[in-house]
Amino acid sequence: MTATAAACIDRSLPVLRERGQREVFCGLTGIVWLHRKMQDAFFLVVGSRTCAHLIQSAAGVMIFAEPRFATAILDERDLAGLADCNDELDRVVTQLLQRRPEIRTLFLVGSCPSEVIKLDLSRAASRLSQNFSPRVRVLNYSGSGIETTFTQGEDACLTSMVPEMGSAPATENSLLVVGTLPDIIEDQFARLFSAMGIENVQFFPPKTSTVLPTVGRGTRVLLAQPFLGETLRALLKRGASHVPSVFPFGAEGTTAWLLAAAQSFGIAADTVAEVTALPERRARAALARQKPNLVGRRVFLFPDSQLEIPLARFLSRELGVELIEVGTPYLDRQTVAAELDWLPDNTQVSEGQDVDAQLDRCRAARPDLVVCGLGLANPLEAEGMMTKWSIELVFSPIHGYEQAGDLAELFARPLDRRARLAV
Amino acid sequence: MKLSVWTYEGPPHVGAMRIATSMTGIHYVLHAPQGDTYADLLFTMIERRDTRPPVTYTTFQARDLGSDTADLFQRAARDAYDRFKPDAMLVGASCTAELIQDDPGGLTKALNLPVPVIPLELPAYQRKENWGASETLYQLVRTLCVAAPASVRAGRAIGARPRCNVLGSTALGFRNRDDVVEVTKLLNRIGIDVSVCAPMGATAADIARLPEADFNVVLYPEIARTTAAWLERTYGQRMTKTVPLGVGAIRDFVQEVAALASIDLETVGGLDAIASSRLPWYSRSVDSTYLTGKRVFIFGDATHAIAAARIARDELGFTVVGLGTYSREQARDVRDAAALYGVEALISDDYLEVETKVAELAPELVLGTQMERHIAKRLGIPCAVISGPFHVQDAPARYSPQMGPEGTNVIFDTWVHPLMMGLEEHLLTMFREDFEFADGTRSHLHEKAVVPRLHTATAPTVVLDEDSQEPVTADVVAVEDLVDEASAEVSVVARWGPDAERELGKIPFFVRGKARRNTERFAVERGLGLITVDTLYEAKAHFGR
Repeated sequence: MTATAAACIDRSLPVLRERGQREVFCGLTGIVWLHRKMQDAFFLVVGSRTCAHLIQSAAGVMIFAEPRFATAILDERDLAGLADCNDELDRVVTQLLQRRPEIRTLFLVGSCPSEVIKLDLSRAASRLSQNFSPRVRVLNYSGSGIETTFTQGEDACLTSMVPEMGSAPATENSLLVVGTLPDIIEDQFARLFSAMGIENVQFFPPKTSTVLPTVGRGTRVLLAQPFLGETLRALLKRGASHVPSVFPFGAEGTTAWLLAAAQSFGIAADTVAEVTALPERRARAALARQKPNLVGRRVFLFPDSQLEIPLARFLSRELGVELIEVGTPYLDRQTVAAELDWLPDNTQVSEGQDVDAQLDRCRAARPDLVVCGLGLANPLEAEGMMTKWSIELVFSPIHGYEQAGDLAELFARPLDRRARLAV
Repeated sequence: MKLSVWTYEGPPHVGAMRIATSMTGIHYVLHAPQGDTYADLLFTMIERRDTRPPVTYTTFQARDLGSDTADLFQRAARDAYDRFKPDAMLVGASCTAELIQDDPGGLTKALNLPVPVIPLELPAYQRKENWGASETLYQLVRTLCVAAPASVRAGRAIGARPRCNVLGSTALGFRNRDDVVEVTKLLNRIGIDVSVCAPMGATAADIARLPEADFNVVLYPEIARTTAAWLERTYGQRMTKTVPLGVGAIRDFVQEVAALASIDLETVGGLDAIASSRLPWYSRSVDSTYLTGKRVFIFGDATHAIAAARIARDELGFTVVGLGTYSREQARDVRDAAALYGVEALISDDYLEVETKVAELAPELVLGTQMERHIAKRLGIPCAVISGPFHVQDAPARYSPQMGPEGTNVIFDTWVHPLMMGLEEHLLTMFREDFEFADGTRSHLHEKAVVPRLHTATAPTVVLDEDSQEPVTADVVAVEDLVDEASAEVSVVARWGPDAERELGKIPFFVRGKARRNTERFAVERGLGLITVDTLYEAKAHFGR
């Protein structure tokens, strides 16, 4: 619909700002990975049948007979005011908690309909928290599509947990790694931090929802995901300080990320280099194996998971990929400033979306690989383009040295597949 | 407010998308927030379509709510028209936009687009996907069929080959793609031409000429009955009542359409030849003896569930122990059908309620949706999928209809493969002392089979590692998986004596779980604290058929 070119404040990257049809998930999607990380938490969406259908369809996680998420579906009676929504919600929550006695934290997750009818979930959460205290803590956040896109749901969820964190003494120095990571990657990072001499490392969100990290003046926040700007700002308000860095994707990104953490603790670069030398060499070797498949390839990234900017940086600097367009649902400069600095000059960054216009640009550019959401992938393949679904980048372990090769392979696989097929 | 874990149906606007996506030259402008675009992947990923659904979403955001979402809608509708140039446009709201009451229909009318605009009122907090599809088809047909009834009747040529429309097949419809082909073949064999197939493959112009046909074939009453009833009222087109799913239903259907088309079946080869399929002989052949009286639980949309019950009892010799549907709109039909089998219909869209029912009935085979497949997998019961909601496995590469003669062949294979093959069962009993069948050895159907291959000398006539036709059978788990789980709850009340436990161990593993459950239930019902060998056999006699 409308598009304006505006100069990027940080550097002279051209940013195309678009408003039109978006082709992205809403923040409810984050439940898919959040509920797996915090296994004693339950996510109750207060919304419509569409919300329930979205999570079930987008997630493809129907392997669990009774998952740790559900939807309280609003019906006509709730909307007509015949039933008091709060009474109804209390009834549903009671029913749920009776059925699932192992649940320790319940998230009431706001949706588009609950936001539009202005159902106050924060009041409901504090009321229910009192009712079920101390067994269950009830928190709330919004995953609605009118306010959040895709991974922003995690940001909203984590932000809702920040006030629940205990205060750490100002003298206690700790590193707080923020963003859902697979357990195996947490362990890899914990070993590296420990080897560098950072012993007090906490990960957020935690594996157990009741064992929250503490936060205070000595807390250094290191983001592991780029979409956690609100969580970062909430932590800064609690006295923590931000360790700005690129994100730990690829060999170079991981080293820079670890170095930023180490420097905030006054650890010498030599010490860091000693610790990182071996795994970094492994990562570079793994990347070197994938590089021939990707170097010089032209890649177009549609806005989706908010990982686009860090991944574009990784693709261009470590694999020699040429970036045609790097779309992002929104540009949070506080979290991606370092990434923008590392993008090649004149990289076309686009913020927001007008999907039909963007598809026109993509078709005109005929890229070698398109990184896009599930709704667009097969139609683009049918038009002869090669695609990588971006949701896989959210669900797969891609952070850190040991996964650098896997991450490159995720992009190389569609190209490899096309080369193999004789049909 | 209703607590929902999994849903069988999406919201009604997804039903409208299914109609739009089935057709060509139709575009749907949907007033909806950004997250609702997830629905595209149902078509592009789950159904593997190679084009995006013809849907434009306004994707309004919170900040738009304060300003003018109506203006946003109008711009989106105008842009969509300019870009896609459809022959007709559907306009409507999803659940959130319904709350802000922007009136998409009125807003689009005001644009004076040069094509028919069909406003859809789909109450999202009341109705569901299939209703939305039905209503959309109905509104589309009402708007586009403008011919005067009298002129249409005059236009039907006397003496020409009879023509019918085939109504109800949609995108994301369970095996609809192949059913349409199969039913068209069947109709052609009788000497009837298909005038229009709708919505699948139809254009706006095709819809306009629906009244030209002699009668309508209603393939999926959930989607097409309302429309066909209107066509009958308005244009005097009769409609079929039988859905050609299963041998008996195909015979009824063939006779029904022959009567509607005034065709003497003897002149076109006879009923037996037209309706011929392999199922009757496969079912009568001795290998199928083991199917006799297998207790089946059936759940799905009304059309498939009702048909499945008839096939199960009359054509495969099963015993129907449960029948249900998530389609509340068709609850009465399913209740009537259930009465035929002496069971009470389960009308529910609550997955947990269905699971409880399956656990309680402990059937030997579950015929259900992908949801029941998961239930059955958890309970260690074989399962075949007979109905949507749509899953990626429901769009197989091969031709795999459910309807018509080939459909019955497909159904025979699909339902029977998850069960142990007859001769195999016989051999397993014969060789149960063999180490191959010792505890911990899994059925070849188990997905993580670690057993050594059977020596051909031991089982010369049975190929145990045949490829299953249906991917679902790969999920069938050995009953073994269930035993500990099931006994854990009950053993508090009834303890197994060591002799009884040993005796239980001699029972082949694939029926052992059932024997254990039945015995425990028997003991609990009689207040027996200790299960002895006698209790085991008392229970067997009690439950034995």
